[in-house]
Amino acid sequence: MNEVIIIYAVTLLLAWPLGKYIAGVFNGEKGTAGAVFLPVESGLYRLFGVDPSQPMSWQGYGKALLKLHLVLVLIVFGLLMAQGLLFLNPDGIGGMSWDLALHTAVSFLTNTNQQHYSGQAQLSYLAHTFGIVTLQVVTPAAGMAALVAIVRTLLGRSDRKSQPSADGTVSVGNFYEDITRAIVRVMLPVAAVVALIIASQGVPNSYEGARTAIPLDQTAGMTEQNIPIGPVAPMVAIKQVGTNGGGWYGPNSSVPLENPTPVSNFVQTVSIVLIPAALVFALGFMTGRRRLAMVVMGVMVVMSVSLTSVAIWSENQPNAAFSGLAADGPNLEGKEVRFGATATALWGSWTTQTSNGSVNGMHDSFNPIGGMIPMIDMFINVTFGGIGVGLIGYLLFLLLAAFLGSLMIGRAPEIAGKALETREMKLVCIALLIQPLLILGFSAITVAFPALTGNSNPGFHGISQVIYEYTSAFANNGSGFEGLGDDTVWWNVTCAVNLALGRFIPILAPLAVAASLAAKRSAPEGRGSLSIDTPTFGLMTLAVIVMFTLLSFMPVLILGPIAEALALMS
Amino acid sequence: MTESNSVTVTRSASWLSAVRAAVVFIVLCGGLYPLLVTNAGKVMFLHEALGSMIIVDDTVVGSELVGQRFTAPEYFHGRPSAAAYDPFSVGGSNYSASNPDLRARAAEDSSIIAQREGFDPGSIPVDLISASGSGIDPHISPESATVQAERVAKARDIPVSHVNELIERYTEGPTLGVFGQPRVNVLRINLALDGKEISD
Repeated sequence: MNEVIIIYAVTLLLAWPLGKYIAGVFNGEKGTAGAVFLPVESGLYRLFGVDPSQPMSWQGYGKALLKLHLVLVLIVFGLLMAQGLLFLNPDGIGGMSWDLALHTAVSFLTNTNQQHYSGQAQLSYLAHTFGIVTLQVVTPAAGMAALVAIVRTLLGRSDRKSQPSADGTVSVGNFYEDITRAIVRVMLPVAAVVALIIASQGVPNSYEGARTAIPLDQTAGMTEQNIPIGPVAPMVAIKQVGTNGGGWYGPNSSVPLENPTPVSNFVQTVSIVLIPAALVFALGFMTGRRRLAMVVMGVMVVMSVSLTSVAIWSENQPNAAFSGLAADGPNLEGKEVRFGATATALWGSWTTQTSNGSVNGMHDSFNPIGGMIPMIDMFINVTFGGIGVGLIGYLLFLLLAAFLGSLMIGRAPEIAGKALETREMKLVCIALLIQPLLILGFSAITVAFPALTGNSNPGFHGISQVIYEYTSAFANNGSGFEGLGDDTVWWNVTCAVNLALGRFIPILAPLAVAASLAAKRSAPEGRGSLSIDTPTFGLMTLAVIVMFTLLSFMPVLILGPIAEALALMS
Repeated sequence: MTESNSVTVTRSASWLSAVRAAVVFIVLCGGLYPLLVTNAGKVMFLHEALGSMIIVDDTVVGSELVGQRFTAPEYFHGRPSAAAYDPFSVGGSNYSASNPDLRARAAEDSSIIAQREGFDPGSIPVDLISASGSGIDPHISPESATVQAERVAKARDIPVSHVNELIERYTEGPTLGVFGQPRVNVLRINLALDGKEISD
């Protein structure tokens, strides 16, 4: 228990100064960091052939983002299919099938890292570093860039807020400037520090191929043990700090080579929430609305602690399958002895709150209620959330709460002095409603054709496996109930659709909303206007989030994990 | 960002810049970053960088971080593995609590262990019949080592007290008393039983 409290405290204490630093990065404060990084960044802009001071409309920003992503996904897709013919492949790993390569490329492009393959056996070092690690650095930075663009347009300080240009077009910033700063000044330095800490604990760091050992008990049936290594530490570090989640080894951070000790587990757990939480503080420092940031943080911590507590309680209950066969103890099926049930439940909850998706134990083998928590975390997906996109998602709920709240107190809907009208609310509703539509729609189709499901577990849990997979894809999470046989054309292609829509609509729609609001005449925020930085409004937003999630997903929770729990009790 | 109205706000983005940026990011993030970190890590932590291998008498007997399968009575046995302790096919069972296959596997393991160690099934520590997440968990709980002590001592014809002393010596507690769980590294304690003790 103390372990959990310390991890929460350390994470939030580190997030505060990091948030302040990130705000400085995007507010263009020079500082010492600027002196180091500015020359690097100017060099990069020259290589791209862009002028970072060129303001972009929301369409220009969105197009720049989409075009960069499209080029990257094509390159990585080609790399995955051709890896067998290329260099940096000491273990002689072959290329992927077209559908697996498509799913993998889109999965990493969308900051999801859902894996229908096992990295140690199916990716060369070339594909792992140049393909996977590149996307693991670039995609959280893209999320951060989109958040900064939205925040500065929607809530920016009056002295920094983008003003419409002569022809009335609103600038949201320059995409290349934002993403380059996020990569050079935030993602790479933080990842490098984490990589060296976990390297000290035993995470491999080498471009050499697998090691071979002669096992001690030669009567046990294994004469040689081949142990895959590689440049694992830099990947594991960025996978943790970048809300990516895709591990070097198939079972991710449960593998002792990927997460060797309780110390590496501590550092990796903190890394899951660090930058998403820092961005909430950064919101306050960037806009000068520190009270708003504190209220948002408060709501997120309340959601996080309540859901995590349930997961920890559940995993400390015995696994029903073992009753009478062993001494009573926590559920250790799919868990590692060095971590135990509590640290694994904490990780399982955090990794799904943040769209990270890495695991240090198998969620499929969690007790039914313990396995339901990651699903709820992913339905909500704004408890810290993915880098950038989590807070963007929260802002959508905030707009919805402001709309409803204004109506409740009998005023014309507004936010920060700008009228919320049909166009904005339509976009907000599209961005919110596409989630249940896609998850429930695809789950229904798949469950209706049992040949498609690939279930490894029978009954109610089989339904949970399908819902979990689509939820994870749409939430850009990447964790799974991994028993699912998901390397099929059906799963690869339908998940790719969920991944892409779940990533880009929730980025582009809010960007359009922010620009649309910024173009309106501003009414001064007065005594009568709805204030969004009070605890009351925080509670209102929380209520909207809870209601929206329950109304959308309560029925499937009853069909899956709740029915399974009840069946086991009887 | 320039806020001046004399600058026009662009609504378009160039394909060429996207291609150039993509290539530069691949070199920077997929090439330079892992290359620098991997080499720095290798310089600082060479033993760890290469997989924490244990070498006894010029033979690589395993990795501190990778469990092995033990079946001989003179060794401590590890946890059930869904991957047969093969690091290239790591994985958990992914059985749900409601899956009858999990119950069947646990019942078989439980009765084998109860018979082998001469204990009542109700006193077997739960980690000994639960498959780990990785399939190569190098550890068992100290309780799981203790229930095996008598059988190991008998097979080796040495006093149980000696085996229990080893268990105590090889039990790692939570780091700083807080992080992680008490555990025994199965390969390392078995090496010690064979008189091939390695130092940290």
